[in-house]
Amino acid sequence: MQWETVIGLEVHLQLATRSKIFSGSPTTFGAAPNTQASAVDLAMPGMLPVLNAEAVRFAVMFGLGIGAEIGRRSVFDRKNYFYPDLPKGYQISQFEAPIVGRGSFEIQLEDGSTRSIGITRAHLEEDAGKSLHEDFHGQTGIDLNRAGTPLLEIVSEPDLRNAAEAVAYLKALHSLVTYLGISDGNMAEGSMRCDINLSLRPVGSDTLGTRAEIKNVNSFRFVEKAIRHEVERQADILEDGGKIVQETRLYDADLDETRPMRSKEVANDYRYFPEPDLLPVVIDEAYIEEIRASLPELPVQKRHRFIEQYGLSAYDANVMADSRELADYFEAVAGSCGDAKIAANWVQVELLGQLNKGELALADCPVPAADLGGLIARILDNSISGKIAKQVFEAMWQGEGSADEIIAARGLKQVSDSGALETMVEEVIAANAGQVEQYLAADADRRKKLIGFFVGQVMKLSKGQANPQMVNELLAKKLV
Amino acid sequence: MAIEQDEIEKIAALARIRIQPAQIGRVTQRITEILHMVDQLQAVDTSDVEPMANPLDAIQVLRADEVTEVNRREAFQAIAPAVENGLYLVPKVIE
Repeated sequence: MQWETVIGLEVHLQLATRSKIFSGSPTTFGAAPNTQASAVDLAMPGMLPVLNAEAVRFAVMFGLGIGAEIGRRSVFDRKNYFYPDLPKGYQISQFEAPIVGRGSFEIQLEDGSTRSIGITRAHLEEDAGKSLHEDFHGQTGIDLNRAGTPLLEIVSEPDLRNAAEAVAYLKALHSLVTYLGISDGNMAEGSMRCDINLSLRPVGSDTLGTRAEIKNVNSFRFVEKAIRHEVERQADILEDGGKIVQETRLYDADLDETRPMRSKEVANDYRYFPEPDLLPVVIDEAYIEEIRASLPELPVQKRHRFIEQYGLSAYDANVMADSRELADYFEAVAGSCGDAKIAANWVQVELLGQLNKGELALADCPVPAADLGGLIARILDNSISGKIAKQVFEAMWQGEGSADEIIAARGLKQVSDSGALETMVEEVIAANAGQVEQYLAADADRRKKLIGFFVGQVMKLSKGQANPQMVNELLAKKLV
Repeated sequence: MAIEQDEIEKIAALARIRIQPAQIGRVTQRITEILHMVDQLQAVDTSDVEPMANPLDAIQVLRADEVTEVNRREAFQAIAPAVENGLYLVPKVIE
């Protein structure tokens, strides 16, 4: 049977506030254990939560960024379960009245096509601490630094159909939240954690199959692998006439498999009820409008603008708009060289290539945008060929100076002096009598191919500096 | 509304409350009595009443995003049953 995969994602996003959602403890990553856990975070008797205004603002920013309704009166609830990294015995979360209601946003797939993915809701809650299971003589070590870090849980509709779409969704979400500046989006540090709900159904069916939930998948690559694995597992069971058990599974990256974690029926009976220690959060129109007015241009808007304003392909526009920093860099390069398409090409191939090679972030890039623009300008005015430009770029990367300085210092300026070029062309013709004979005997189509040999020889003789267009013209004139 | 004994047992387990087997029947009966009172309340027509999340007629005041807490780990860990390398130690939990 042919199966259709149905995927919904729950993303836990750590918000980039300075202090925790309900206490004045810092949220810095990587501090010594329990040095950022205050009496509120430890659930000492009598401690009360006080809500962080910035967490609310960030949630509203996200809601506006996906065109969602903002909960005008949102309510916190207690989600009850026992685990040592949750000292209160309940997590303060939102259940019936979340701060962000239904919305949607556009994702772009590898082939450049776009899809709109629904967001069911997003709600504020507190993160739990961390449990360390190794090396404590049969005991578990608890670090509560993370307890109380603000989270926005973003729940998607079951709109995704395969691993590639799920990854595209996460990348688009990552791009959106970093544009908004509401999270650092650092997956390696757990700032963005993903649960995958996945089920299969026969192609053509419109009822959902029984789903399994895969918890805490923390990189784009693992999301892709976990989904591929889980699709196979469920298909095998269904093909054999079996049934999928609704359960929570854990993805094991080392073994590349998912395995059951705990029985959902028991664990998921959270007995939510309204949090009596917090009052409803009321958000008015003026507050929403103030935030709306402060929103930056978002990735989707930027992508569309790049296509319209600069004539970029959908794919290039998507790459250039991926982060605010890269988009700004690209626009600065385009502005200084005057040709956005070539600028996009250079940013994508050479710049991102070098950054990836050196595992660097854009912030560490040694070549300022204006300098890359200056280099491209030298290609455009025929001072250097594209091939020489790559050498110059390498030198710029090594810190040897601006494009003009390197071109001058290394004597790379393209030879466009027709006298000098003519001498070189004649030399090549004289040295290759056999090829000249072949060329002259060939028809027009074949000549086009054969002339490449002569161009190559002249370029070699000129150490790559001959103006290829002029060489072509001279050769065509001489080879008669 | 009636509640069965097995539901009481399940809720007790979720809430980590130990009820002696001899008492389960009595607890079930008493909670059933409380639920009868809830039944009476549910008979009231509330179609015009806004759901209430908190009995106080007030809204949440928000706190500025500032770090106000200092590190008091030493004081907190002095009263903890077991600590090591700055961590609180608890009986092993296996996921």
